[in-house]
Amino acid sequence: MAGLDPRRVVVVGGGISGITSAIEIAETGTEVTLVERSPSLGGRVAGMFRYFPKLCPPYCGLEIQYRRIKANPRISVMTDTEVTAADKCADGWKLSLRRNARKVTDRCTACDECTAACPVERRNPHNQALDATKAIFLPHRLAFPLRYAIDAQACPGASCGKCVPACPFGAIDLSMQPQDLELTASKVIWATGWKPYDAARLAHLGFQRVPNVITNVMFERLAALDGPTGGKLLRPSDGKEAKRVVFVQCAGSRDDEHLPYCSAVCCQASLKQASFVRETYPDSRVEIFYTDRRAGDNEDFLRKVQSDPNIVFTKGKVGQVTEEPGSGDITVVAQDTPTGPSRTAIADLVVLATGIVPETSLAAIPSGITRDAYGFLTGSHTEGFEVVGCASRPSDVTRSVQDATGAGIRAQRSLAVR
Amino acid sequence: MEKVGFFLCTGCGIGESVDDAGLLKTACKEGKAQVARSHARLCAPEGLTLVRDEMAAAGLDAVVIAACSERELSGVFRFGDAHVERASLREQVAWVCKAEAEDRQMLAEDYTRMACVRAAKSARPTRLTPAVSRRLLVVGGGAAGLSAALEASRAGYEVVLVDKDKTLGGWMATCKLQVPRKAPFAAAEDNDILELVGAVKDAPGIQIKSSCAIGSISGAPGAFQVTLQGEAEPFTVGAIVVAVGATPYDVTKLGHLGYGTHPNVITQSELEALAKQGQVARPSDGKPIQSALFVQCAGSRDEAHLGYCSTTCCPETIKQLAYLKAANGAVRCHVVHKDMRLPGLLEAFYRSAQADGTEFVQGEIKAVSSAGQGVRVELHDAQSGEQRQLEVDLVVLATGMVPSAKDTSVLNLTYRLGKELPTRDSGFASSHFICFPYETQRTGIYAAGAVHRPMLTADAMADGAGAAHKAIQCVEMTARGEAVHPRAGDLTYPEFSLQRCTQCKRCTEECPFGTLDEDEKGTPKPNPERCRRCGVCLGACPERIVSFANYSVDMVGSMIKSISVPDEFEEKPRVLCLVCENDVLPAIDMAASLRKPLSPWVRVVALRCLGSTNLQWLNDSMIKGIDGVMLIGCRHGDDYQCHFVKGSELCNVRMEKIQETLTRLMLEPERIRVEQFALGDYGKLFDVVNGFVERVVALGPNPNKG
Repeated sequence: MAGLDPRRVVVVGGGISGITSAIEIAETGTEVTLVERSPSLGGRVAGMFRYFPKLCPPYCGLEIQYRRIKANPRISVMTDTEVTAADKCADGWKLSLRRNARKVTDRCTACDECTAACPVERRNPHNQALDATKAIFLPHRLAFPLRYAIDAQACPGASCGKCVPACPFGAIDLSMQPQDLELTASKVIWATGWKPYDAARLAHLGFQRVPNVITNVMFERLAALDGPTGGKLLRPSDGKEAKRVVFVQCAGSRDDEHLPYCSAVCCQASLKQASFVRETYPDSRVEIFYTDRRAGDNEDFLRKVQSDPNIVFTKGKVGQVTEEPGSGDITVVAQDTPTGPSRTAIADLVVLATGIVPETSLAAIPSGITRDAYGFLTGSHTEGFEVVGCASRPSDVTRSVQDATGAGIRAQRSLAVR
Repeated sequence: MEKVGFFLCTGCGIGESVDDAGLLKTACKEGKAQVARSHARLCAPEGLTLVRDEMAAAGLDAVVIAACSERELSGVFRFGDAHVERASLREQVAWVCKAEAEDRQMLAEDYTRMACVRAAKSARPTRLTPAVSRRLLVVGGGAAGLSAALEASRAGYEVVLVDKDKTLGGWMATCKLQVPRKAPFAAAEDNDILELVGAVKDAPGIQIKSSCAIGSISGAPGAFQVTLQGEAEPFTVGAIVVAVGATPYDVTKLGHLGYGTHPNVITQSELEALAKQGQVARPSDGKPIQSALFVQCAGSRDEAHLGYCSTTCCPETIKQLAYLKAANGAVRCHVVHKDMRLPGLLEAFYRSAQADGTEFVQGEIKAVSSAGQGVRVELHDAQSGEQRQLEVDLVVLATGMVPSAKDTSVLNLTYRLGKELPTRDSGFASSHFICFPYETQRTGIYAAGAVHRPMLTADAMADGAGAAHKAIQCVEMTARGEAVHPRAGDLTYPEFSLQRCTQCKRCTEECPFGTLDEDEKGTPKPNPERCRRCGVCLGACPERIVSFANYSVDMVGSMIKSISVPDEFEEKPRVLCLVCENDVLPAIDMAASLRKPLSPWVRVVALRCLGSTNLQWLNDSMIKGIDGVMLIGCRHGDDYQCHFVKGSELCNVRMEKIQETLTRLMLEPERIRVEQFALGDYGKLFDVVNGFVERVVALGPNPNKG
């Protein structure tokens, strides 16, 4: 029988799905190039403080994956690189890539001498813009590669140039220009992941109108040790400890006005975050307004959270979120049915469980690959092109990793299959 | 190794923190380095050239790179096949040690000696070169197993597909339609399982063994020997996918939901069979169904029955509502549920039933009784808080699923540690790793589909592909002599000096992966291809007969012995930290990058897994006069985080036992402490360590000093 197709596979997207596909393929024996747009691998999970249901740190799994990458000469990683076009060619795919100018070379040792010299700040996307870093920055503590980058939009460039002499290793090159590259591949795995639904569209739930209304993705950063509050759960308006917390499930999801689908992870994310509130402040109280409690195959986790009398589950749709003038407290009103009784809760902090939107907008989707009505790429109908993880459907880490592993066998198959 | 060179980087603050000339001297005189040189940027091309030139000139076969953490720049500091050892002077001295120059220097000197001795005690691994079979065994011919077999065949691997039934297709073959798998997910789709069966039958290299069961499986990845029941001749496969699926929960246990009291109370599977035969009608009299009530979670999410959610029942109910509608457009339907669970893109499917006028009630069934041809159901409506009573023609129980492998033998492994894949309480052969769903405690054997966890057919097929990928990966890595996840690519493996074995069986019993079998006398029989290289056996062995080419009891013991322990009058205590290299070592590096202070008395040794801790190391430490030992590893218990499943837990058990020994030696048990740690808490790690150092200092010096 024919063996595995030995030709290079390109994986687009360096989050947990793409990392997994790349490693699983390379360990089987095929060369892989892993292309990531941002300056570091890790994707969305690097911004999560814990995973449900085990409440374990995502860094733990990322670290093992990084080790597997470092140990495997068959994987090459290209960060700061976007795919600008993907075209089918005679024996596979031709990808056009743009490598953006990181302005920090591989001579960087992450010694941090540069940040003291840099006079410019930028909002920190890793912390959901809740704090700032210098214009020269380390993407996050477990960045891969562990190397600084310069935010080209924030950095004034050579007119400033203070970081250049500050670097003992000559690793800063402010004249670095973007590069266009081409890469051929036998197969392409598309793992561009997701982004949170734009909460600015959820003004009716108080976002941006009420300072103490945040999203679940922002909550992750407030709970993280390397987040803007150093892991303390404080409400944004006045830094008061957030001891009364309301979670609004389906904030945008399962809603024709916003996302008509279920985002699949928000219920369990809120269970996790509710546990964190209770663990942080023993005198705290949590109320979760839900449509259905979709805890997937983690029923024991739901049971455990529900056994806490200070976590109250209320079936209902939140209709009204208002701030009590002066106090920063928030009144949340919910109703299960349009005619049914309403329920009111007072909160220090309201967390909107916003959903998952496929992050495919910026990437060049090759012709022949279709999207569904919501933007998810609809499966693998073109030979040699696999879509994995949240680019194809809302899914949690385990399911994304399963997709990503299964795509490996298809990316390495020697037989053409219609 | 024979000839070790020592290379010190003075960049990143190391040069300002230590006396480089002094360290070079230490490396030569005490570390027995043949060459010792320093450079201001060892990782830059000019630094690497220095190393290469010196290696060639002195004929070095090993180098110690005293620079940043071993986690960084491993690809840069790679010099052909020379052995590379790292001393983390940046993260463990320069960035964290705020003490006076003398104490900083002593710290750096200790790490210099430790790295040199580690290099000297290392040997080049001899690569395993087993003959492997590139044929896979797939057990189970349902959607997951068929998908695994087909994908493996397309990837160019032979497959033996074994199924207990006469025909392939599994549970899906009993279904009329299937839950939607593609956009727009709004309606049930034609059941295409027979197409999948056909594709498997047509695929090259798949041998189908129907009406067959496994008699026994022995061997190891690359060469499992499989015997089918009733057949004498074994055959060889390289890896195994287990996809034996699930069966419906025993409905006779659901008498409280009316099953058995009325012919019109049926299960989802029974309704599916009626639909498949085109007989959607009242079972009691064959008349059209005017009204129906579906009872969700019939057994599931109920600790008296199945504690878990069976995942498929909600989508199946939506599918079956359409059967009733198709048979009688005027049918009135109710669904009583705890929550409707149609996650993700299946929302559109749920909405199709809502739009059809089906009433969904969150509530609980209180009683089911006979009402002539109909069935009377009393329920509690959770939203209104009211009791309701409905009379319907048909009650359908959405019974959950039980993994087929529960309580039955499937694999019949001849392993010392049991015949089947270890399962969790629920009976599912689940990995408990979120990031590594294919992790298994039996190397080379991968679960797929509902044997893994309850899942829909589309997920089971994806899971089958993933498991098949892991299976071929295991075969290929085994053929190259490499370990599989998590120490992927490791060429070392445990070697046993069996002439000193006392048949105590600790290694065979403690190995988390069932690596070792035993002969009649109880002597371990190593199966290196099953091994995951965690070193738990090395930690378990009281006779210290287990070693790896670059990891042994003697090596770590020698590193500990190379720590300089000042006599008690100098008031310079010493604390040894044995840490898990997977989670605690990165935490040290991350805390160091924040320049958090770490006590200058601490000496860190990173271990493959805390479970590889041999009691000899504690003994060595205490005899040497080290004042305290802290062992830091991953969380254990139900939500364990140890990548080797049981390593940190085993270490904890061993350390509980050592406390008695300490008391006997007139040492305070508090001198040894085991700490569980999660990587996300890296910012607090040094507080934990420094706190321990303070408590040890309060105990006073170890009386064995001097």
